[in-house]
Amino acid sequence: MLETSLDIQTIRKDFPILARTVHGQPLVYLDNAATSQTPNQVVNVIVDYYHRYNANIHRGVHTLSQEATDAYEVARQKIQKHFNIGKSHEVIFTSGTTHSINLVATGFTSFLKKGDEVLVSAMEHHSNIVPWQMLCERTGATLKVIPMNMEGELVMEKYHNLLSEKTKLVFCNHVSNALGTVNPIEEIIEGAHKVGAAVLIDGAQAAAHIKSDLQALDVDFYTVSAHKMCGPTGVGILYGKEAWLNKLPPYQGGGEMIAEVTFEKTTYADLPHKFEAGTPNICGGIAFGAALDYMNQLGFDAIAQYEDELLQYATERLLSIEGLKIYGTAKHKTSVISFNIEGVHPYDIGTILDKLGIAVRTGHHCAQPIMDFYKIPGTVRASFSFYNTKEEVDKLVEGVKRAKNMLL
Amino acid sequence: MNIQDIQEEIVDEFSMFDDWMQRYEYMIELGKSLPLIEEQYKTDDNLIKGCQSKVWVHAELDGDKLVFTADSDAIITKGIIAILIRAFSNQKPQDIIDANTDFIDEIGLKEHLSPTRANGLVSMIKQLKLYAVAYQTQLK
Repeated sequence: MLETSLDIQTIRKDFPILARTVHGQPLVYLDNAATSQTPNQVVNVIVDYYHRYNANIHRGVHTLSQEATDAYEVARQKIQKHFNIGKSHEVIFTSGTTHSINLVATGFTSFLKKGDEVLVSAMEHHSNIVPWQMLCERTGATLKVIPMNMEGELVMEKYHNLLSEKTKLVFCNHVSNALGTVNPIEEIIEGAHKVGAAVLIDGAQAAAHIKSDLQALDVDFYTVSAHKMCGPTGVGILYGKEAWLNKLPPYQGGGEMIAEVTFEKTTYADLPHKFEAGTPNICGGIAFGAALDYMNQLGFDAIAQYEDELLQYATERLLSIEGLKIYGTAKHKTSVISFNIEGVHPYDIGTILDKLGIAVRTGHHCAQPIMDFYKIPGTVRASFSFYNTKEEVDKLVEGVKRAKNMLL
Repeated sequence: MNIQDIQEEIVDEFSMFDDWMQRYEYMIELGKSLPLIEEQYKTDDNLIKGCQSKVWVHAELDGDKLVFTADSDAIITKGIIAILIRAFSNQKPQDIIDANTDFIDEIGLKEHLSPTRANGLVSMIKQLKLYAVAYQTQLK
């Protein structure tokens, strides 16, 4: 048994999907970095919304609309409190991290000019590279890369050397989706601020494991997707400091984001509505709040402690397999293990594991530059959540061994 | 043997196995007998799009028949392309164009493979048929 204050067997009952079978085998769900599963407590909130008070928000005079608006705004406050954000209107609801990043990248078009520099880390998800490349193409700014070492850690010395008065923006994920590395974002933010650059931290992979205090971090922008942390897909947030959000132009035009419209001129609504054009994912936002309630009730310290136990155990067990190599061996990691077996294509391993009911991700994990760095086509990635068990790790290890025997 | 006969032969072979593991092991075994593509043809042009692993296919005429060679960096994918090539290689382009591919379902490949892999399978069949169309035009 692993040491934990959490009652894992009781927790698992909150997730009916974990009791299903795949190809006649009990499901072992180890693709949590792609999306986490949704507990009854969140599903019930979604059902309750559609059963009782489904209505459009912020504009209705009737009771249902008022109830839906209240619930949506309560969810915003829960998110504010969870991330220790100063003002609730600094929480912008978006469709998720990709939307959040594009909102900022598009907004920065008017702030950048030729000669300016944008820094991104070498371990970014494609969603955190492409918008900045597009921004640089539009403005003539230069994209520079903060390199990483073989362990999958950013080379901070190089980062500090890259910073200059030309640096206007720094983008980095809090946790790498492909490697699980927890990046030293405090140092990144502090360094960027010294040269007057703004910082966006992509918290998509971190938020399910680390409860961040965004005011203490002094970060300018932070993004989160609900579906990585027990919430539904299609909803997330952009946190931005009030001053930045006021400076940024609106991203999309539409209803909700306006104060006054004539054919001559439109004045924009105040924050956060300026960035929330159209009818949002109301139910999703409310369910996101419920997901935070659920995870906070378990406690992020207990979650992190248990997931770390799983990580250590799984790392040790997997490394006992001859020819298995783990990519991403940073000192500070979340519960993600990216690996290959020498001479075997990751896709073959993933296919055999699927037949055994074990769900992992294979491929380049939308982080091709990392795969190019290691000169591999991709990896098998197992990512653990607080509802996974030691027994499931054992099944993974047995599955990998079986796949290896079949494939080599 | 014509395409239909070869396909029936493959279905017969696979019907001997009762579980997926034996089928996969056999498929991997078949991959080892794949007529390998020459290194010079392993170019991006000969790469089949839509597979998570790499699959290269080359085709050339031998008289009035089309001969396929291929390779993949993943061993299960190699087995799949080997099965397809066994059915389609050394056949007249028009017969390849006309051939149906129901045998894929019958040997349980499509139902047993993941959706992305199945899409790769569809891309492979499409590519083999495209070669046949191109060489059919040349033969005329």
